[in-house]
Amino acid sequence: MKNEVARRVDRQVVALQVNGERTELLLPVHKTLLEVLREDMQLTGTKHGCELGECGTCTVLVDGKPELSCLVLPLQVEGRAITTVEGLAAGSELHPLQQAFAELGAAQCGYCTPGILLASKSLLETNQHPTRDEIREALAGNLCRCTGYVKILDAVELAAERML
Amino acid sequence: MTAASNGFSVIGKPLAKPDAVSKVTGRAVYADDMLPARTLHCRILRSPHPHARITSIDTSAARRMPGVVAVITGADLPIKFGILPVTQDERALEHEKVRYVGDPIAAVAATEEEIAASACDAISVEYEVLEPVMSIDEALAETKDERIQDYGGPNNIHKLVALEFGDVDGGFDKADHTREDVFFFQGNTHLPMEQHSAIATYVDEKVTLWSSTQVVHYVHRALAKVLEMPMNRIRVIGAAHGGGFGGKTDPFAHEIIVCKLAMLTGRPVKCTLTREEVFYAHRGRHPVLMWVRTGVTRDGRITAMHFRSALDGGAYGSYGVASTFYTGALQTVTYDIPAYRFEGCRVFTNKPPCGPKRGHGTPQPRFAIELHLEKIAHEIGIDPVDMKRRNFVKPMTRTVNWLRVTSCGLEECTDRVMKASGFQGREKKPGHGMGFAISSYLSGAGTAIYWNDMPHSEVQIKVDRGGVTVYCGAMDIGQGSDAVLAAVVAEELGLQPKDVRLVTADTDTTPIDLGSYSSRVTFMAGNAAVEAGRKMRAMLVEAAAAKMGRDASDVRVGDGRIGDFSFEEASILAEARYGTLTSAGSYKPPKIAGPYKGSGVGPSPAYSYSACVVDLDADARTGLVHVNKVWIAHDVGRAINPLLVEGQVEGSIYMGLGEALMEEQTFRKGLHKWPSMLEYKSPTFLDMPDVETFIVETVDPEGPYGAKEAGQGPLLPVIPAVSSAVFDALGVWVDEIPVTPEKVIEALRRKEKGEPARFGPSRFPAIPYPECIKVEPPPKKEVDLAASAAI
Repeated sequence: MKNEVARRVDRQVVALQVNGERTELLLPVHKTLLEVLREDMQLTGTKHGCELGECGTCTVLVDGKPELSCLVLPLQVEGRAITTVEGLAAGSELHPLQQAFAELGAAQCGYCTPGILLASKSLLETNQHPTRDEIREALAGNLCRCTGYVKILDAVELAAERML
Repeated sequence: MTAASNGFSVIGKPLAKPDAVSKVTGRAVYADDMLPARTLHCRILRSPHPHARITSIDTSAARRMPGVVAVITGADLPIKFGILPVTQDERALEHEKVRYVGDPIAAVAATEEEIAASACDAISVEYEVLEPVMSIDEALAETKDERIQDYGGPNNIHKLVALEFGDVDGGFDKADHTREDVFFFQGNTHLPMEQHSAIATYVDEKVTLWSSTQVVHYVHRALAKVLEMPMNRIRVIGAAHGGGFGGKTDPFAHEIIVCKLAMLTGRPVKCTLTREEVFYAHRGRHPVLMWVRTGVTRDGRITAMHFRSALDGGAYGSYGVASTFYTGALQTVTYDIPAYRFEGCRVFTNKPPCGPKRGHGTPQPRFAIELHLEKIAHEIGIDPVDMKRRNFVKPMTRTVNWLRVTSCGLEECTDRVMKASGFQGREKKPGHGMGFAISSYLSGAGTAIYWNDMPHSEVQIKVDRGGVTVYCGAMDIGQGSDAVLAAVVAEELGLQPKDVRLVTADTDTTPIDLGSYSSRVTFMAGNAAVEAGRKMRAMLVEAAAAKMGRDASDVRVGDGRIGDFSFEEASILAEARYGTLTSAGSYKPPKIAGPYKGSGVGPSPAYSYSACVVDLDADARTGLVHVNKVWIAHDVGRAINPLLVEGQVEGSIYMGLGEALMEEQTFRKGLHKWPSMLEYKSPTFLDMPDVETFIVETVDPEGPYGAKEAGQGPLLPVIPAVSSAVFDALGVWVDEIPVTPEKVIEALRRKEKGEPARFGPSRFPAIPYPECIKVEPPPKKEVDLAASAAI
């Protein structure tokens, strides 16, 4: 359980495009996208479960593809379109996935929900009629301890149906 | 909305939870999401040794580091605490002795988390390393250096229990057949997705703590004790909760530490555990070794049972005394056991403390007795389902250990899963198997953790110009306790849940609720809400009736109307008539514990029942088990919200399958073998089978609208059903959880060599149990509910 020793911190200005808004930030170069979203941009909808790329909780979209924000440095995604859970709804109108997750009880504690919503969004963009097994495959990197996954599968299916 | 077929307008409807939108939009605020101005970040220095005396702690280098604002050690927080009054054995920071790798020693508050972590590294601690005690056998043996705790004993035994109900020897004499078995259930952990997190402020000489806890009240009590402050200067608020499963039911060191640091620095202080720290914080499933002997008649009726358990408790008490009793208490609630002896033992070891995890102390004996009875059935040539059914408890009876059973849907649950799965007519194919098991669980413990005569749950309602606010200390941990409160109050006031505002889990603003554990909230807070709702309704109806010039009994409540008036109009009439409109309700469980020491663990106002069939493929070459499908029927009394009940059942099956097949919390030289989410295997989307859930409604006489629990019971039958299905598929018993491929292969190898076709423990150790306290069974078996008013 040893921690890293204190070291000099290099900082760099990074321009991030998050949920359609461009922001310039002066960031320590080693700070992860997860930390920057949560701590520097107050986008705390993105959660963390391990900070080692193991649980999928911190999933965001980068140019529409799911990425684990705990393993991404902001410099790597400069100028690319980043989507977090805060960018899913159109104003106060929920995205069909959000609507379905809410209606079907797919979010219990809700902590894994943002990551799963984004991974599901990416799936439905490339595959409009996923089978249950294809949904399972697409979400296999996202752990959830509450739901047993059943209601999540139901909700993704319902959203897919409604989005056709 | 019109009344449903059940006569209710909200109860029984599959409605979305009140917080569903905030959860799917990322707007729910969890403790680690909070970052008030000037927040300091806290990290904790933890012991690298499983067992050692601390000879010195030098924090001077850490204190000199730029950015470090405060450093505290055990000398700053010397008062001991613990969840149970009998085991006040923990310190927020230990300065004398560490008892497991991860025991907290010092804490730093700094302007950045990285600085706090580096400052922890700069603290120098000298230890006198002691011989660690790492297993049940070592804990029972003569102590080498010194005992882990200075209470309990002999050696490192924490607690011994010995109870006997009825004539056990006589029962065995009457048996035509007896059998003994030994089982082992490995420990595992909750693995909530959210790491524990707490943030404290100190303003106007008052401490406020936001925490990811299941029980704000118990944290409140521990803070008052350790900080030596009156409770009215401490406020504990449950932040949005990222998963508990029992793992956030104890008061934790980091919660006390951030309060102390906030008081010292005058700034907000936050501590979020790393995932590795969460594995060491633990309080999860006890590893339990079990021995059971049962006598049956020729036709499979149980005449007597003798059950022994040995729990590996880890380094501290936690809920352990209760866990120990729970390994013996509920056997009688599913099967009618006319004579029963229970001997339990918990030992201390130099590992993270075990405590309550979903099913608290009962999944282990459930696994053991379900398999044990099945083996007996095979031996005497009776179908195991038929034999189990012959012994099912009946509704409205009292067990030999004085537990009061009211509603009981065991028969119907079993019928439902038998019919749907085709279990008894299944085709036998090598490599394919099906398993069946049943279970029961509490709808809240009938006695409080610390002795008191006060209600276990209280609800207040305020109605103000049409607005309805419900106040309750209950903590929604994702299971939907807020949804239950909103549904109940809406039902009583003729509204919809969205018309009801909720204020929950805040020790300053809400009345007591003992928290989200023991599957107690729907039953207890639900009943308190019914009472408060009915009182409020009566005032609204009276006021409306007076204005209408009609009798109160003529005033119809529903669809947002009270008689001739809209709800808002009626509330204005009532406020004009009565002044401020508030009502309160509370719930106190009936006094049903038996007349013996230890009878406080086991009684519940109502028990849920489940039956489950698991269908799986087991590969004889690799030992791999693939679960195809699970059928489960759960007697929830009444589903206040069937969508949420299904969610609890499905989540329980998932967690049960994880425990049955892969999850293990094990240690090597004091270190957790796999303290990461990758290596600690838990089921993914790809591992979860299809589930068919049947909700059985027995309408409990004392539950709110007849409701009982759903959050824990359905986990219990899954684990034995998996092991039983592996036997069905391959003809070998795996008498040890988890059922890993290695164990399946080893059992098959033994079978091939002509040895007993099983993998599991071969012996139960000699434990110095005291002489049994002999308890007469209750004088009559039938239950009389007259003492407690039904709702």
